[in-house]
Amino acid sequence: MAKVRGTGFAAVNYPTGMHLGGDPTQSLIHMTPAGDVVVTMASVDLGQGLRTVLAQIAAETLGVPYESVVVETADTDTGPHCTGTFASRTTHRAGNAVVMAAEEARKAMLEVAGELLEASPDDLETDGEGNIHIKGVAGKSVPVGEVAGAAHFAHGKSIAGRGAYLKPPSPMDPETGACDPDSTQAHACTVVEVEVDTETGAVEVIDVKSVYEVGQQVNPDLVKGQIVGGAWMGIGHTLYETTAPGYPAIDPAPVDFQNYLQPGAAETPEITCEVLEFPAASGPYGGKGVGEMVTNSPIPAIVNAINNALDVRITEIPVTPEVVLRALDEKAQAGG
Amino acid sequence: MSMKDLGVVGRSVGQRDLESHARGQTAYYEDVHYPRMLHLKMHRSAEPHARIVSVDTSAAEASPGVVCVLTHEDLPGKKVWNGLAAVGVGPEDEPILAFDKVRWRGEPIVAVVGESAEAARAGAAKVKVEYDPLPGVFDVEEAIAGAAPALTAHWPRNHYIYPDDHAAAQIRFGDVEKAFAEADHIVEDKYQTSPIEQAPMETNGCIARPGGDGRITVHTNTQAVHFARDNTAAILDIAPGRLRFLGGTVGGGFGGKVDVAVEPISVLAAMRTGRPVKFKYTREEEMQVSSTRSAWRLYVKDGVMNDGRITARKITSYQDSGAYLRFSSYGSMKHAGHMPGPYTIPNVWVDAHVVFTNRPPSSAMRGFGVMAASFAIEVQMDKVAKTIGMDPWQLRLLNAYRNDDMKAHRKEVEDGAMVETIQAAARLAGKELPAAYQAMTSWDRKAG
Repeated sequence: MAKVRGTGFAAVNYPTGMHLGGDPTQSLIHMTPAGDVVVTMASVDLGQGLRTVLAQIAAETLGVPYESVVVETADTDTGPHCTGTFASRTTHRAGNAVVMAAEEARKAMLEVAGELLEASPDDLETDGEGNIHIKGVAGKSVPVGEVAGAAHFAHGKSIAGRGAYLKPPSPMDPETGACDPDSTQAHACTVVEVEVDTETGAVEVIDVKSVYEVGQQVNPDLVKGQIVGGAWMGIGHTLYETTAPGYPAIDPAPVDFQNYLQPGAAETPEITCEVLEFPAASGPYGGKGVGEMVTNSPIPAIVNAINNALDVRITEIPVTPEVVLRALDEKAQAGG
Repeated sequence: MSMKDLGVVGRSVGQRDLESHARGQTAYYEDVHYPRMLHLKMHRSAEPHARIVSVDTSAAEASPGVVCVLTHEDLPGKKVWNGLAAVGVGPEDEPILAFDKVRWRGEPIVAVVGESAEAARAGAAKVKVEYDPLPGVFDVEEAIAGAAPALTAHWPRNHYIYPDDHAAAQIRFGDVEKAFAEADHIVEDKYQTSPIEQAPMETNGCIARPGGDGRITVHTNTQAVHFARDNTAAILDIAPGRLRFLGGTVGGGFGGKVDVAVEPISVLAAMRTGRPVKFKYTREEEMQVSSTRSAWRLYVKDGVMNDGRITARKITSYQDSGAYLRFSSYGSMKHAGHMPGPYTIPNVWVDAHVVFTNRPPSSAMRGFGVMAASFAIEVQMDKVAKTIGMDPWQLRLLNAYRNDDMKAHRKEVEDGAMVETIQAAARLAGKELPAAYQAMTSWDRKAG
């Protein structure tokens, strides 16, 4: 009986957006008389923080306070088209649509502000705190709320914008596979240490260290949330989870969390992560997608660490105790 | 714009709905309550492959509290469908409610609508289906071997047929066989992943409510409201404008809520009864009925030189689609397009097959097609390193793609930063790299 440790790592890339493109998302933005901003979408928030990220992007482009932006989603009567929340596409696709809509709304806002300040819209700037200033002229400014009120009640103008983002479809050549499949690629490298009990076959993940390169981050805490949650999911995929433990047989068939094992608090070590930012040419403010790739680097890293610990060659997941013990038996037989 | 000029983008403002989620104040589709709401339960196939001899719903209809029973004969529009038919992917191969045959255990056959979930469940249990069992096929390589029974007329060899009659999504780049002949080492292995449940806390579900204006509002936890609405309308042969889908806050998706599994039958039941109808998957249905992550089998063969350069990579993969297509052809194209991973390899050959079996249909999950690719490639990379006696970090850095390199799908690398990411991970993990490897960069292949 022994507990042996090993380390392993893996490097992965991941495409942003639906494969081969053709997946539009649109956005509508309008300003209320009080100067608040409503971003209307049909994108679905899965808990990852889509409303937060899109509000940040709208506020950035409009130059208004983040707190003044509301993201309203997802009603097919009011929300313009969105292909859906998947394929690591929302920050990129919806984000780009919001930038476009916000640029148009900003232009309308600055035109009204220019009339109030008797200045050309080109000479105006926003401070992100709710005011519009004449560049380089101290004391010449007007609050965004006043501009919005004047637009509604004095000028009869709408401060609004439309955004539509589409990566045109690029069909795959059936013979060679030639295509333009993605908008950008994000990257990750994960290093894992495991401890394996050679008597029971049980594997414990001791340590996970990851570096992710996701372009410009819109919200670093939410990026970290994806990386940490994805590592937990990766641990589950690698060591425990299957709906068909006798695959390809359909029995036994787990039907609840008593039989379908997932990592709990005791199986999830602290995840250390570092994020690099190389802005993507096509991304909103340089952002890439991070939603899906976060399980992809931990899984092979854990398998490589197990193989390193035991000097065996396991090439299937989940690596259950049975898989570990069979690999040790094979190694013993080969050695004997 | 210089990224340094950014204001609120790049700042960790708190997630807006975090506190609401944590306090249980967030409204999900199930938090909508209507008077006189009905509940729908499905009678499902008990056999993985069988001819349906007869379906008897009389006892279900007579069951206390049962309001409505729906079979394939009640479907006003499509009998079979595929979610991507509108964008030219097909054929439509999956029955909305099974008729003639069942092809997986759990396939929906009869919907039973009752005054309560319990009444609907009791009614659904009283549906009697007589089966004539057929031999099943469960292993992907057995399914396409020739002796296996064909699951449907669409797929005579039990695999998806890509354009120009191709049996797989292909990549053909360079000449792998020539490169194998010239390689110092050949490294081969087989890789297998398992079907995995997305396991969201909130199971698939919706509530369909007829309005007085002839429209129907659907509260749903789909990951794609327009997609779900348009597919529901197409299946029922009604104008999309008659449907209003409301969602936007979902208790976990991970790809498990894109199948439009619950909405069409719920809308049909609402149209039939004139009352709100709720259809919520049980945990058992979420585990064994809703699409899993597909299981993949891959064979990887690399040609490698003594200095560590990988000169050829040949991959044959089999995606287990289960009984029907769903989005599997997309998944295998994404899988093929991802090869050979973050490396520049001058000769690449990929055949990515979609195979039909009598297993529950699989579909999208976080990293569709790519997770299995990354798993196989990265476990393979360690075998390559060991075979030639090279440090696995150095092997990856040497072969990592650089910007402007040509990928196997004939697009130049852009926004590449694999080298920098590996170098940073080495630093984080305390792994010392030789100076030449520390000097490598994604912007200049000659550096380092």
